[in-house]
Amino acid sequence: MPIPTIEARGLCKSFGPVRANHDISFSVHAGELLCLFGENGAGKSTLSACLTGLFPPDKGEIIYKGAPLKMSSAADAIRAGIGLVHQHFVLVPDFTVLENIVIGSERRLVVNYGEAEAKLRQICETYGIDIDPNALVRDLSVGEQQWAELLKALYFDADLLILDEPTATLDIENSKKLFRIIEKLKADDVALILISHFLDEVMQSDRVAVLRQGEVAGIRSTSETSPEELTRMMVGRDLEPKVRQASSVGPARLMLENVTVGQKGQKPELSNISLTIHQGEIFGIAGVAGNGQNPLMEVIAGVRVPASGRITLDGTEISGLNARVIKDMGLGHIPDDRFVEGLVPELSIEENLILGDHRGFYSRGGLLDFPKMRMSAERMIREYQISAPSAETPTGNLSGGNAQRVILAREKRLATRVLLANQPTRGLDVGVIEYIHTKLLEKRAEGVAVLIASSELEDLMNLCDRIGVLFQGRLMGIVEAGRTNLEEIGLLMAGQAMEEAA
Amino acid sequence: MSELLAPDILMSIITAAMGVATVILLAALGELVTERSGIWNMGVEGAMLFGCLIAYLVMAETGSPVLAAMAAMASGLAAGLLIGVMTVTLRVDHFVTGLGFNLLASGLTLFWFRSYVGGGKPPSYSTINEFPVPLLSEIPVIGPILFDQHLLTYAAFLSVPFIAFFLRRTTYGLETRAAGENPQFLEAKGLSVATRQYSALLFGSALTALGGAFLMMAFADQFRPDISGGRGWLAIVAVIAGNWRPVRTMIAVLIFAFLDSVAVHAQGVGVDIPYQFFLMLPYVASILLLVMIRSRSGQPAKLGVPYLKH
Repeated sequence: MPIPTIEARGLCKSFGPVRANHDISFSVHAGELLCLFGENGAGKSTLSACLTGLFPPDKGEIIYKGAPLKMSSAADAIRAGIGLVHQHFVLVPDFTVLENIVIGSERRLVVNYGEAEAKLRQICETYGIDIDPNALVRDLSVGEQQWAELLKALYFDADLLILDEPTATLDIENSKKLFRIIEKLKADDVALILISHFLDEVMQSDRVAVLRQGEVAGIRSTSETSPEELTRMMVGRDLEPKVRQASSVGPARLMLENVTVGQKGQKPELSNISLTIHQGEIFGIAGVAGNGQNPLMEVIAGVRVPASGRITLDGTEISGLNARVIKDMGLGHIPDDRFVEGLVPELSIEENLILGDHRGFYSRGGLLDFPKMRMSAERMIREYQISAPSAETPTGNLSGGNAQRVILAREKRLATRVLLANQPTRGLDVGVIEYIHTKLLEKRAEGVAVLIASSELEDLMNLCDRIGVLFQGRLMGIVEAGRTNLEEIGLLMAGQAMEEAA
Repeated sequence: MSELLAPDILMSIITAAMGVATVILLAALGELVTERSGIWNMGVEGAMLFGCLIAYLVMAETGSPVLAAMAAMASGLAAGLLIGVMTVTLRVDHFVTGLGFNLLASGLTLFWFRSYVGGGKPPSYSTINEFPVPLLSEIPVIGPILFDQHLLTYAAFLSVPFIAFFLRRTTYGLETRAAGENPQFLEAKGLSVATRQYSALLFGSALTALGGAFLMMAFADQFRPDISGGRGWLAIVAVIAGNWRPVRTMIAVLIFAFLDSVAVHAQGVGVDIPYQFFLMLPYVASILLLVMIRSRSGQPAKLGVPYLKH
């Protein structure tokens, strides 16, 4: 048995009271792809930080190519030949691709750009990456930026490459390309660690180490396991089978009549949308992102004013009313972008939980009622299983899943009549998705009209009573979730209207 | 007014402008490097003032311009270190730090000057001489403007391409720029952001103080309170108007220096417009330049944002 490229022995890392990694052991050999699989917050990112010198582990050791390796900074990891491909690109937008790559690799006084460019072109050719070394990074597409990020690690001939959710920003074509590159790297005897929570990718690795709550829940050879087993290991229990309760749909609650949104003289972002959502109904909006989901949610929430048409809530016209007035009528809104519209990242969990309600429920004589805030924040943190050091943690420090739990906790309380959820599960792992779905179903049981836009068709099929399909701002058709199939919705999404599809 | 347009007067204005430009250019180049590292140093005026006073004291005591310049640069290093501790290590707001530092400089230089002079007459010295380049300074028109100047003037203008080369082509220059654009990026490569910001501040403040020393030694025979007279601020404006590029910054500096020189000559020649009007010109120009050149494309993305290491 050859010596593994890297071996972790009993790694432990805590942040204050939070145990991020506990007694983690595994090894990766040259030419092998190991996948680290786990939910958001299971400790994957902390582990990759320990392996790349960003945090020293509290306990345990890292054996690299047969000898213990102590690292005090990322420079040590780079020197040893350990490369990290970041999930959120760490690039300088105003620098060229080449400049981004030579920093940290070039140790001579004056940079030899000619030599560096030749080496970079060589690497690009070997791995089939098409990128202009002299292009500014900010002019690159997101996909190309991912290649630039990858090239940073390839440039210094890494022996161990850690890929942190590299496909999160890639489309299917580029994901496939990435896996072709990974195959080439394996053939070149590079050891690879892939961090992922996408089962499709996980199943393409050689072995899988499942992380749960900071510990290794088990390591399996991919050929001897199944997606079901891995999911069970990751969540720590069986996922509840999806049972569709018979819905008890009540009278019409939210009605849109011929609603059009857009600037005068331009192509409307939404044209002539008419739909009705009843009490106790979940209505899904399917469609490729950017086909009118955002304007639809925003016009209902009062963030935008319709150019024409009427929106009524329980018979009262709300179109054109101020967003705050509409919210006070019992509308909750989970917006598309968590950290921009959903939260104020600099403010604490506690403060974010009361935003929007800070003048009502949480105010006393014009002042904030701190004891009440604290009590309800702590209750919601427990109830919604938000994992954070304290109620005072800034929400900007939370993982995507925990951030969404904060938004959900706040909006669910506000949504007594209507709940809008725009891409509520995007980028989250199955555990959190299941949790969010449960909460949406609870609202349905309370008689709330729920409108959810998602690009995950299967989720919509499982969750919704009816599904409408948006294409270029038009409602292509409305189908009953129980009486349709993915193909029918797929055709509508591609722009075929109901009659043509039938 | 027309007196200023007489050929020999105009010639004299331009020749003198090169000297004035030296003061602002040294400070502006220092500030440019500092700002490219992400530190929005507002303490330029203060560092220049310290440079003036220290150069004055050393000149008065020893009469050696070389010693005076070196002592002034040492005071610049101390100024850079202090601003660095505030902005880099303690992550205090860059603007507040700079403004506080300028007030400190204004008060402290005056205090030291008064303590040094006591009740008596402040000692004075003779200003330093130009260093004409043999042969080249004989060329008509161009000769006096470009080649009959002080050594430091040649050095200041020659350092423009060097600074540009440093920022573009050298490893450390690239890393310094990265610190101003995306400090996390540097940290992810295991390179210290603080080291690069400190070294930029030390370099920048030393250059600024050298500019102050030159102002002292070439244009005045004794110190007076706030002698830097806003030239440190003009350096900051020149960097912004120059869109954080060395050559363009130099052009902005030349515009300010020309108008400054016009003001000086207006007093000497005696024009019918109150000379205070001319004194105002460089500062009016600085505002006009900022209004006209609004492109901030060269501004480092993380300029003035205190960086918290993860």
